[in-house]
Amino acid sequence: MNIAVPTREQREAKLEGMGCKRKRVEDIRFTQGKGNYVDDVKLPGMLFGDFVRSQYAHARVKKIDDSKALKVPGVLAVITAETLKTVNLAWMPTLAGDVQMVLADGKVLFQNQEIAFVVAVDRYAAADGVEAVEVEYEDLPVLVDAFKALAPDAPLLREDIKDKMTGAHGPRRHHNHIFEWSMGDKDLTDAAFAKAEVTTKDVISYHRTHPSPLETCQCVASFDKIKGELTVWGTFQAPHVIRTVASLLSKIPEHKIHVIAPDIGGGFGNKVGAYPGYICAIVASIVTGKPVKWVEDRIENLTATSFARDYHMTTEIAATKDGKVTALRVHVLADHGAFDACADPSKWPAGFFNICTGSYDFPVAHLVVDGIYTNKAPGGVAYRCSFRVTEAAYCIERAMDIMAQKLGMDAAEFRLKNFVRREQFPYHSALGWEYDSGDYHTAMNKAMEAVGYKQLRAEQAEKRAAFKRGETREIMGIGISFFTEIVGAGPSRNCDILGVAMFDSCEIRVHPTGAAIARMGTKSQGQGHETTYAQIIATEIGIPADDIMVEEGNTDTAPYGLGTYGSRSTPVAGAAIAMAARKIKAKAQMIAAYMLEVHEADLEWDIDGFRVKGLPEKSKTMKELAWAAYNSPPPGLEPGLEAVSYYDPPNMTYPFGAYFCVMDIDVDTGVYKIRRFYALDDCGTRINPMIIEGQVHGGLTEAFAIAMGQEIRYDEIGNVVNGSFMDFFIPTAVETPKWETDYTVTPSPHHPIGAKGVGESPNVGGVPCFSNAVNDAFAFLGTRHIQMPHDYWRIWEVAKGLGLHG
Amino acid sequence: MAKMHVKMNVNGAEVESLVEPRTLLIHHLRETLNLTGPHIGCDTTHCGACTIDMDGKSVKSCTVFAVQADGAMITTIEGMANPDGTLHALQEGFRMMHGLQCGFCTPGMIVRAHRLLKEIPNPTEDEIRFGIAGNLCRCTGYQNIVKAIQYAAAKLSGAPMQEAAE
Repeated sequence: MNIAVPTREQREAKLEGMGCKRKRVEDIRFTQGKGNYVDDVKLPGMLFGDFVRSQYAHARVKKIDDSKALKVPGVLAVITAETLKTVNLAWMPTLAGDVQMVLADGKVLFQNQEIAFVVAVDRYAAADGVEAVEVEYEDLPVLVDAFKALAPDAPLLREDIKDKMTGAHGPRRHHNHIFEWSMGDKDLTDAAFAKAEVTTKDVISYHRTHPSPLETCQCVASFDKIKGELTVWGTFQAPHVIRTVASLLSKIPEHKIHVIAPDIGGGFGNKVGAYPGYICAIVASIVTGKPVKWVEDRIENLTATSFARDYHMTTEIAATKDGKVTALRVHVLADHGAFDACADPSKWPAGFFNICTGSYDFPVAHLVVDGIYTNKAPGGVAYRCSFRVTEAAYCIERAMDIMAQKLGMDAAEFRLKNFVRREQFPYHSALGWEYDSGDYHTAMNKAMEAVGYKQLRAEQAEKRAAFKRGETREIMGIGISFFTEIVGAGPSRNCDILGVAMFDSCEIRVHPTGAAIARMGTKSQGQGHETTYAQIIATEIGIPADDIMVEEGNTDTAPYGLGTYGSRSTPVAGAAIAMAARKIKAKAQMIAAYMLEVHEADLEWDIDGFRVKGLPEKSKTMKELAWAAYNSPPPGLEPGLEAVSYYDPPNMTYPFGAYFCVMDIDVDTGVYKIRRFYALDDCGTRINPMIIEGQVHGGLTEAFAIAMGQEIRYDEIGNVVNGSFMDFFIPTAVETPKWETDYTVTPSPHHPIGAKGVGESPNVGGVPCFSNAVNDAFAFLGTRHIQMPHDYWRIWEVAKGLGLHG
Repeated sequence: MAKMHVKMNVNGAEVESLVEPRTLLIHHLRETLNLTGPHIGCDTTHCGACTIDMDGKSVKSCTVFAVQADGAMITTIEGMANPDGTLHALQEGFRMMHGLQCGFCTPGMIVRAHRLLKEIPNPTEDEIRFGIAGNLCRCTGYQNIVKAIQYAAAKLSGAPMQEAAE
């Protein structure tokens, strides 16, 4: 019988390695309802905790009366700040170097702040207990408007630090001031503005919004008094960081804390931080000796854990009359809410906002960010974003459009004229970054071609003329955005979280039969790591992806890592995978040389094994080498085939993209229609195009939501007026536009496989693109900058303000 | 609180239980019957993660009391596979067309799509989008969910299969 020898193509295909549209392994359980999310964790004797929350945005808490609550059937305990003080946990450190009340200590500083934690036998009894706790308040003046925070007579919010005029990021100049952070050269920038031919100056605000993954934040804490061990299941994007923080706070030795992040129902930055619910559940478990579950409801999620953005960016561009930018000056008023709980690398109080020079060659720039306190929820998380890069991209992409409008230049032409050119990479930006690689002109030209840019502008000109003649009530906007991201935090020389360097890790064990397991320091929340990481390994060491299991989220088995956010998984952990795989390959090569009786240098890699150069029939597959590694290793070589890599990236990666949006707006109703949205992304090497496209679709949908209505809004006394899915805009399949995707490939030169990360690009680039489309639609009627979000009502208001309603 | 006796058919099996009158059906399914496929995403009947099929209708089980389901025929995601154990065309379609990412909305989305395809076996794209508007997804942007449902519609009606997701 003839056994067909597989062709090279067949061997290659069998691996399902990088570049292949591999179907996801996660889907097998998710499509059958067999995912394992935190609320699915059920332990014997498990109790349930629920919060009493503040009705006021700013008030003194005069009295908390729990006597009625303790009589409610099923209620076992009511934990307050007084309880937590006995274990020194009434306050907790934030990731940003501030402190935050776990439970209200004398006063409340935002609506729905946690006041007491009711522990009961089930969630219904806990809710009954919450209803029965009586809180006596004395209300205080409320500060909502960020622009009034630093007024001399502004209410004092943080009494705990009123005499501490130096914070984690330097001096504070007012009781509501957190930090001032500046970058760039002020004198050179001022000089460039002084002699500039054309300048623009606009306050460009990026409103407060919320990541709102479909699964809220939740945990189960279980303390074993006999062993002195704590196990916590939780919605953690960074499980190891949670373990370290839990150890530092609780004084439980770190090896006795087991943190497990099971399947996570979306994160988008919401699940990076540590929240009062986690601390309270842990304390409650220690106090009661039983497992305690805490599950946030949606209103709590939207109003208390981790808003995003809330940046007011005064943006100035200087340019020559013929359209060459000469300087950028930005001042940001950053509203951090009641506590500075931003989830940024510790040395970066405004994250990587200094990427705000964008894709353009600004000779000089200067940036100042002032962080301030208000009576709003703490947070400032990177909502599908690498630490304020979304705000930076919005700021520069709006400002570039405004300058183009002032110069009377086409917005695309203005961008092409100012792009960093291909030969300038690695490019050193005026605000301190080294962009790794890029080819902006190629991407922009491809995108313009694909959307038929010239024809669109011609059509727009005709429509504008028709509108002015009164023949139509519809106006047409063409939105452009060309963004450069900075992702993959990050190099230990400048990136850490509370002192923990932001490397990431991978451990690969190849079993004797040639199957393998890879364990990671990151944690997927839908990104499909179990699928894509296996593809990297498959290509690197020639084991079929189907024979590789990827495991994340168990701090006992995974190597230490900093988790998944800021598009860092592929740039950092993806590199760790390649490096670990290459260690394995190097050992396999030694074994192959021994088995084939040749020198190592006489071997070459061939898809799934090594062969002797010039003698392709003399070869050993990785599967054979794995068996030999355990059972007949060369003399002097220890058995086994496994490797660990901790990867400290030499630089960030800089994905980029060109997005175009075509929008039609009815000026009488404010109703807009997204006629077309085209997104070209360059994320370097593409590991799984299917997953990339999926991430782009999802990120664009979130960008659409944010730009067109998704806002956390407060009234003048600090009430959240849209704190549920009733009012907070989450697009359904009906509103969501259809997406066209495209790509170019400019690999990262410093990354082992050239990949840059993609998950956040569509959010970063999408928001300015939608907003620019709305602004572009109205520009011919004399508008200059229309603030987001652009819901129907606000668009209608713009039209009304322009006198279009007669 | 006095408990009430309820009896329902869940995924083909008769189940009897004692429940508090205020117990929501989603909690009864998840916590008493250990059917953790349906999820809770919003508490206000907007997200549809808790969608089940009850007496031939798509129902958000966070907004129904368990006692209201007394005598009902219920199908959850756990009951979607074919009797022979193979996956339902929708379960297959969601994977083939990359119609899910974090997976949290998926059980509700598939159960809803199942009823949609019973009501309209060959829906247009607009009918699909309108038909799943009660189910929110934060990850996919719906484009591939629409394709997944089209894939299943085609497979169930014996039409030629479409190409898999890009």
